[in-house]
Amino acid sequence: MANRSVVPFGPQHPVLPEPIHLDLVLEDEKIVEAIPKIGYVHRGLEKLVEKRDFNDFVYIAERTCGICSFMHGMGYVEAMERIFDAEIPPRAKYLRTIWCEMSRIHSHLLWLGLLADGFGFEALFYQCWRMREKVLDMFEEATGGRVIFSVNKIGGVLKDMPKEMLAKFVHNFNEIEKELKDLTEVFLTDYSVESRLRGVGILTRDDAIRLGAAGPMMRASGISIDTRSIGYAAYEDIDFDIVTSNDCDSYARCEVRIKEIFQSIEIIRQAVEKIPGGEISIDIKGNPKGEAFTRVEQPRGEAIYYCRANGTKFLERFRIRTPTFANLTPMLYTLKGAELADVPLLILTIDPCISCTER
Amino acid sequence: MATKVAKSPWLLHYDGSSCNGCDIEVLACLTPIYDVERFGIINTGNPKHADILLITGGINTQNKAVVEQLYSQMPEPKVVCAVGICACNGGVFKECYNIIGGVDKVIPVDVYVPGCAARPNAIIDGVVKALGVLEEKRKNMKGGAAE
Repeated sequence: MANRSVVPFGPQHPVLPEPIHLDLVLEDEKIVEAIPKIGYVHRGLEKLVEKRDFNDFVYIAERTCGICSFMHGMGYVEAMERIFDAEIPPRAKYLRTIWCEMSRIHSHLLWLGLLADGFGFEALFYQCWRMREKVLDMFEEATGGRVIFSVNKIGGVLKDMPKEMLAKFVHNFNEIEKELKDLTEVFLTDYSVESRLRGVGILTRDDAIRLGAAGPMMRASGISIDTRSIGYAAYEDIDFDIVTSNDCDSYARCEVRIKEIFQSIEIIRQAVEKIPGGEISIDIKGNPKGEAFTRVEQPRGEAIYYCRANGTKFLERFRIRTPTFANLTPMLYTLKGAELADVPLLILTIDPCISCTER
Repeated sequence: MATKVAKSPWLLHYDGSSCNGCDIEVLACLTPIYDVERFGIINTGNPKHADILLITGGINTQNKAVVEQLYSQMPEPKVVCAVGICACNGGVFKECYNIIGGVDKVIPVDVYVPGCAARPNAIIDGVVKALGVLEEKRKNMKGGAAE
């Protein structure tokens, strides 16, 4: 029998910006088992609903995670709007859709950069992050913030985007699309990139269903589920096809995410074309009573928000189920039997967001 | 600036219990738009190579030991830079049951960079301030050795 040894991985590790600890049980260079230990980022955010009133909590919900902060805020306010039974103005819905897709573009570019860094392609990492800065500049122009925007409120949004700004953004995204085509070439056809991604971390369709994968991880295994197609914000009025791949490996996950960036740019174009005029928010009066669920498709997969209110200004319970939590089990599954050198890459392919998961 | 950089400082970045906002801004400092590598600043993964410890996010019961260990593994002279309001005093999560408080509850902090999330310009400014502190500490060390 080969020699067994245990290699600790994390919580502080050069490849991961976030702390997660894995005990990797190795047999020579092959991983027999990966035992996770989490909780390094746990703050106890959900319990803060007892100390902050439901309006202030929008800002706490946004700080669940700095990458998809807009979507966290939106998931919470949409749940609260359901409790209040409020119909928000259509312009607010479209603005939310545009910001959601911009978040997705910046998140996927960030991931592509980290992936490139993970397999040691520094120049590609820099290119991705250079393009991402352009998206952040647009965010700053529209909302005033680079990563945390605080533009959601219960009943709509706080800031409007004038017509000229929207036209300028579409122009900028057309430029980004052109540059992204060059990057796509490198990610999907470069033989050295392919040799690191092809056939690594196979998760078959059946395994993805059995282990409950979410988001691009699931769509890369050929399952066509996207929460946007059930229609929240203004997604009901927007045409798009769900991006899937049948390759089931790390390459497929990369491919799905790159194609989703192009799809998001297309959704932004459609939304800018269709955006109606009018108000951007309505007034909400009184305290909430009742409970509500919402589902939001984040860059990492489906997130679920649950709120229960009892007629006071403090909620009774707030709960988030995040996509990374769903993807941890498939990740541990793909780690089994992998080479030690592929571990950082395999952890990265689920696009982990530990801060959402542990809250 | 040029006169201040006696040595190119290497950074160690650790995410305490941050929401990621400050972390991606720290990473954004390394990328082409802000590009701190032009000052010789490199983000290292090894505490034994690092001069400046950048911590984002507050301290909780789980990561307390990790932060203490990282700090103790760094060679002298070392500077700690708390990035973001959570690392300074707990920020919006101050009242959370699992948050002990800012980084200064566990290890001494030399430079505070507030903001939610701290902007890359502010982080670079903080690192430049940390360089001054580092130089000061190095001088004191040399003085101590001469005695």
